[in-house]
Amino acid sequence: MEPRVLTSKKPLTLKGFFLQWEWMLVLLFIAVIVMNVNLSDYFWDYNNLRDATMSFLDKAFIVLPMVFIIILADIDISVGSIVALSSVIMADLYAHGVPMELALIVCLAVGTLCGYINGLLIVKFKELSSVIVTLSTMIIYRGIAYILLKDQSVGKFPKWFNYLGWGYVGSIPFILIAFAVFAVLFGILLHKTTFGRKVYAIGSNPTASRYSGVQVDRIKIIVFTLAGLMSAVTALFLTSRMGSTRPNIATGYELDVIAMVVLGGISTAGGKGRMIGAILAVFLIGYLRYGLGLINISAQTLLIVIGLLLIFAVSVPKLKWKGTGAKGKAV
Amino acid sequence: MKQKMFADAALAVGTGQGAATKTTISAKFAKFRELGLLAVIVLICIGVQIRNPSFLTWENINDIAANTAILSILSVGMMLVIITRGIDLSIGATLALSGMIAALTVKAHPGLHPLAALLLGFAVGLACGIVIGFLVAKVGILPIIATLGMMNVFRGLTYEASGGKWVSAHQMPDSFKQIATGSLLGINNLIVIAVVIYAVAYYFVSHTRTGRQVYAVGSNPESAEISGIKTKRILWLVYTIMGGLTGLAGVLWVSKFASAQGDTASGYELSVIAACVLGGVSIAGGSGKISGIILGAVLLGILNNALPMINVSPFWQNWIQGMIILAAVVFNALVKRGIDRNNLMRRKI
Repeated sequence: MEPRVLTSKKPLTLKGFFLQWEWMLVLLFIAVIVMNVNLSDYFWDYNNLRDATMSFLDKAFIVLPMVFIIILADIDISVGSIVALSSVIMADLYAHGVPMELALIVCLAVGTLCGYINGLLIVKFKELSSVIVTLSTMIIYRGIAYILLKDQSVGKFPKWFNYLGWGYVGSIPFILIAFAVFAVLFGILLHKTTFGRKVYAIGSNPTASRYSGVQVDRIKIIVFTLAGLMSAVTALFLTSRMGSTRPNIATGYELDVIAMVVLGGISTAGGKGRMIGAILAVFLIGYLRYGLGLINISAQTLLIVIGLLLIFAVSVPKLKWKGTGAKGKAV
Repeated sequence: MKQKMFADAALAVGTGQGAATKTTISAKFAKFRELGLLAVIVLICIGVQIRNPSFLTWENINDIAANTAILSILSVGMMLVIITRGIDLSIGATLALSGMIAALTVKAHPGLHPLAALLLGFAVGLACGIVIGFLVAKVGILPIIATLGMMNVFRGLTYEASGGKWVSAHQMPDSFKQIATGSLLGINNLIVIAVVIYAVAYYFVSHTRTGRQVYAVGSNPESAEISGIKTKRILWLVYTIMGGLTGLAGVLWVSKFASAQGDTASGYELSVIAACVLGGVSIAGGSGKISGIILGAVLLGILNNALPMINVSPFWQNWIQGMIILAAVVFNALVKRGIDRNNLMRRKI
C-alpha cells in the first residue's frame, strides 16, 4: 500500500506555485521597499540598510524555533523573559568577576534550561495549554531577573564581546552571517529531517501521531528547549549591541516574534507553514519598521502598525477558508 | 484538546487502581476549594498581623477592599472569557485607553457629570471588546493572538490620544475623583460597584439561559453548537462583556489613582488571570464559580497589600505572582485529574 503523505505534497502547477503565501510576502516586501524609497531619500543607502538590518536581526533568532512551536499548534510567550533572564545572569556573573567566556556559556545554559522547563511543564500537564504555562513562566523568569538586578543596569563588557553585535566580516555584519547559518540549520531540520516531518505530523493531529509511534512528548520538549536556547542567543547579540543590560530588556519581543511567524504564513492551527515564509517576514517587518522610523513615525504608532499587521496576517487565510469548516481552536 | 484528555484518562484507568484513595482526596478537595482558599486567607492575615500589627486595622482593611474592587470587577469578565476556553491579554491596554479617554474628556470639560465619564469609559471599553469579540468569534483568530495584537493597538492608541502626556490629579475636577473616593452609606463607592457587579454576574451565570450557555460552549463547543447554541454569538458576547467591564474599571482606576498615563495598568491582565485561576476557573474551559474568583481576587489583594507591610522587596512581587499562577493552574489540573479518574472508576463499577 502506498504510504499516505502527511501534508500537501500535491504536484505543483504553475498557477499553484505563484499562489503561495510566500509570493504574497515577496510582493509585500517589494511594496515596502518601494514605499520606503519614495518616503525617504535615506533609505536606499548601503550603510543605512546594513545598520537597520543589524538592529532588527537580534530577535530573528527566536523566530526560527517559534516556527516549530507554532507548527506544533503551541505558543511560547515567555521568550522575551528568557532573553532578559539569561542576559541578566550573564551580566551579573561577569560583574562578580566570572570570566566573560564562562558567563557566555552560562547564558546559553540558562536559556536552554528555561526552555526545557517550559517543555517539561507542557508535557507533564497536558490539561494546561502552552498559553498558560508560558504565561506564568514569562512572569517568573522576568521576576527572577528583577530579583537579581533590581532596577540597576550592568554593562562594561570586554571589548571582544562587542564584536557580536557590532562586528563585520568584510563588510557583512557578523549577526547577519550568524542568522543565515542558523536559518539554514533550522530550515534543514524542519524540511529535510524526520524530526521536522514529525513536527508537522504532531501539529496536524497530535493523537494520531502518538498512536503511530511519534514520541510527541520528546519532540515537544526538544522544540521548547530550542526556543530557550535561541532566546539566549538573542540575549547575547542584544546585550552586545546595547552594551549593557537591565531586567526590562526585550519586553514585548514575544509579540514581534509571533507576528513575524504568523505573517510568514505559519498557521496557528498547526501543521502548516514553511521556514522561508517566516524568514521573509522577519525582513519585511524589519524594513517596514525601519522605513517608518525614518519618516519619524513614533514608536507608539509602530505598536499599532505591528498589532494590526499581526491581526491582518492571521485573518487573511481565515477569511479565505471561511465556510469550509475551519474553526478557531481553543487556546 | 478534550479528546486528548479523554484518551489520557482512558489510558490512566488501567493504572489508576492503586492511586484510588489518593484521587478521591483530590476530588473531594474540589468541593472544599473555597474553604481552602478562605483558610489560606485567614492564615496569611494572622501571619502578617503578628509581623505587623497595623495590618488588620479598619483603615487598612478598607484600603485592601477598595484596591481589590477593581481587580475583582475585571475577574468577572476574565472568568467568562476563560470559561469559553479563551484568554484576554488586552485588558490592561483597554483599561488604559478607556481611562485615558475619560480623563481627557473631564480635563476638557470639567463640568461633566461623573456618571457621564463613567459611561464614556464603559462605551470605549465596550467598543474594544466588540472588536476583539468579532476577531475571535467571527474571523476565528485564536484568542491569544487576537488579544496580543489588539493589546498593542489599544496601547498605541492610548499614547496617541494623550500625545504621550499624563493627565494628573490637578487637571481632574473633584467630582471625577470622588467617583472612587466617595462613599455610599459609609461604604466606598468602588466596593459598592463591585458588589453590584458581582450580584448581577451571579444571577447571569447561574440563573439565565445565556449564562448557562457560556458554560456549555466552554465545556464542549461542538456539542453546544449541535444542541443549537449559537456559539459564535456567545463568544462575541463574552469578549464584549469583558471589554465593557474593563472600560468601567478604567474610569475607576484613573479616578482612584488620580492620574492617567500611557502605561497605566500594563501587565495588569496577569493579576486578573491569576485571580481567576486561584479561584478555580479551569483554563481548559467550562468551569468557574463567582464565589471562587471573589476569594481569588481577595487573596491576591491581601498579598499585594501584605507583602510590602512585612518588608518584602517589590522586586520579588513579579516572581511571587508568577509562582502563584503556576501553582494554582497545576493544582487545578491535578484536582481535575482526580475527578476524571473518579468518574471513570465509578462508571466501571
